[in-house]
Amino acid sequence: MTLVFGVPLSVLFGQLLLGLINGSFYALLSLGLAIIFGLLRIINFAHGAQYMLGAFAAFLGLNYLGIDYWLALLLSPLLIGLLGMGIERGLLRRIAGEDHLYGLLLTFGLALILEGSFVKLFGVSGSPYPMPELLKGGHNLGFMFLPTYRGWVIVAALTVCFATWYMIERTRLGSYLRAGTENPKLMQAFGINVPLLITLTYGYGVALAAFAGVLAAPIYAVTPGMGSNLLIVVFAVVVIGGMGSIMGAIVTGLAMGLIEGLTKVFYPEAANTVIFVIMVLVLLMRPAGLFGKEA
Amino acid sequence: MSTQQSVQTPSMHASLQVKANAERERRRAARRRQHIFYLVLLGLAMVAPLMVYPVFLMKLLCFALFACAFNLLLGYAGLLSFGHAAFFACGGYITGYMLSTYTGLSTELGIVAGTLASTVLGFVFGVLAIRRQGIYFAMITLALAQMVFFVFVQAPFTGGENGLQGVPRGHLFGLFDMQNNMSLYYFVLAVFVLGFVIIQRTIHSPYGQVLKAIRENEPRAISLGYNVDAHKLLAFVISAALTGLAGSTKTVVFQLASLTDAHWHMSGEVILMTLLGGVGTILGPVVGATVVVTLQSSLSNGPLGEWVHVILGVIFVACVLLFRAGLVGWVEKLIKRNFK
Repeated sequence: MTLVFGVPLSVLFGQLLLGLINGSFYALLSLGLAIIFGLLRIINFAHGAQYMLGAFAAFLGLNYLGIDYWLALLLSPLLIGLLGMGIERGLLRRIAGEDHLYGLLLTFGLALILEGSFVKLFGVSGSPYPMPELLKGGHNLGFMFLPTYRGWVIVAALTVCFATWYMIERTRLGSYLRAGTENPKLMQAFGINVPLLITLTYGYGVALAAFAGVLAAPIYAVTPGMGSNLLIVVFAVVVIGGMGSIMGAIVTGLAMGLIEGLTKVFYPEAANTVIFVIMVLVLLMRPAGLFGKEA
Repeated sequence: MSTQQSVQTPSMHASLQVKANAERERRRAARRRQHIFYLVLLGLAMVAPLMVYPVFLMKLLCFALFACAFNLLLGYAGLLSFGHAAFFACGGYITGYMLSTYTGLSTELGIVAGTLASTVLGFVFGVLAIRRQGIYFAMITLALAQMVFFVFVQAPFTGGENGLQGVPRGHLFGLFDMQNNMSLYYFVLAVFVLGFVIIQRTIHSPYGQVLKAIRENEPRAISLGYNVDAHKLLAFVISAALTGLAGSTKTVVFQLASLTDAHWHMSGEVILMTLLGGVGTILGPVVGATVVVTLQSSLSNGPLGEWVHVILGVIFVACVLLFRAGLVGWVEKLIKRNFK
């Protein structure tokens, strides 16, 4: 068996694969945070709870309505995205002109409400979500074993990430969004419906989180707390990357996942903290973040 | 300015003098009233344990000090830290470790050790976090606190998931047995008063005024020649030290240091206390802490016990949407409207 620095190659690749999967989730979530921050100028603390809602929507849909995985992958983000638009219209809009910190506090309160209710209704431990029939099993790639579902997660997450990037950077709607990020008042003067754009943007960011939640459901157990701990890591990823660029969010997310995977192989004790350590280093050397512009 | 002064007649000058004197007199009277108010509060706190369970009161005092320390940062320097649980827990763990390992160590030395550890941790957090502003500041402190949380989960001296249990309370100055709840209560009250006075003095000192200037307009403060980063860092360190003091004292009271203290829920709770009571008011955090702690302990025994986090979340949302001045801010506005 081939060894790299005393570690079997298959173990190394296995952990790198896990890291890439975690990185896909980091990328999806930090992408959503970055889009929302760009236009609304708030950090969506409820992002983790909305990711959890996405997973629960898929889980409940399967158990009570017989909605299968593929349909859930479409319906759950749609449903949670609509819920997000409701939150934006009903709550976030009221504090739009205030200090941005109030947005953080409001969404933090929302996260507490959502998580607390689900803990009460479904318990802390949560439930497993069955893997879709089509994606069971795996392939032997020669140097490692690739479970089909995990491969699918990476492909699906990357596809959505790059589709989002394309939409924002290369389409007319995206150009509105970028212009709105720069100067919303001028946009409004040109006759573009900025409030609607804001609602759609928040809804889309939330839908991305819900999509990540459905992708995560068959790998991790569906629990009320699945989002909050992940979200704090994503915050660190966002600080590392800076929220200035869409591609930056995607690349940083994937890279941090890979680094975390490598740490699990070579120094497992630090696997939980390595991303925070990198955040500290980035703050010391490049405070605006790797892809950030100083605001 | 100078032309105006030269035009002034001697009699105008005298009347200005009288006005200034009256203003000074009015302020002095207001300060005297405030002192009397505080003395009445202190008197109430002295007799409170005769009527209310002292351990509950000590919990209140610890969290009130925690919230006051947090308010120094949010209310007067405008910095929203989402990682204050780290300092609270750090103080608690170090004090717990010192008192359990070195039996016979006097109580106050254990607390001093915990406070010092939090001060150092606060310096490290502060140096890193003040490199970014606003929302980033909140995210960085949250992420650093989460790192500290993982360190406490894995470190050999923290007892992992169980935490440090049965921490001896020790003897104060090696003389007074703190096992007695009543004697411990007066010690905790003294600690709280000490912390409260430090915060008061900080806010009303010239340094506190500069801090407020930075909160209101940072570029202006920079252009006036203030070293803004140093001022912010000092505020952060003072806040962390007093938070550590609160955490250390809490460990002595409950003889327990656990991961609950380090969890981000704790950082959220202290924000809620401050927000509910009134950000930037002196008594707001005390009121907020009293309401939240009372709410938690009364709910935990009732049928709504499992809904505590939901209820706290609802209060959070309500505070941000409807009640941004907090309870104390609201009462102050009411008094101003009706009595002046």
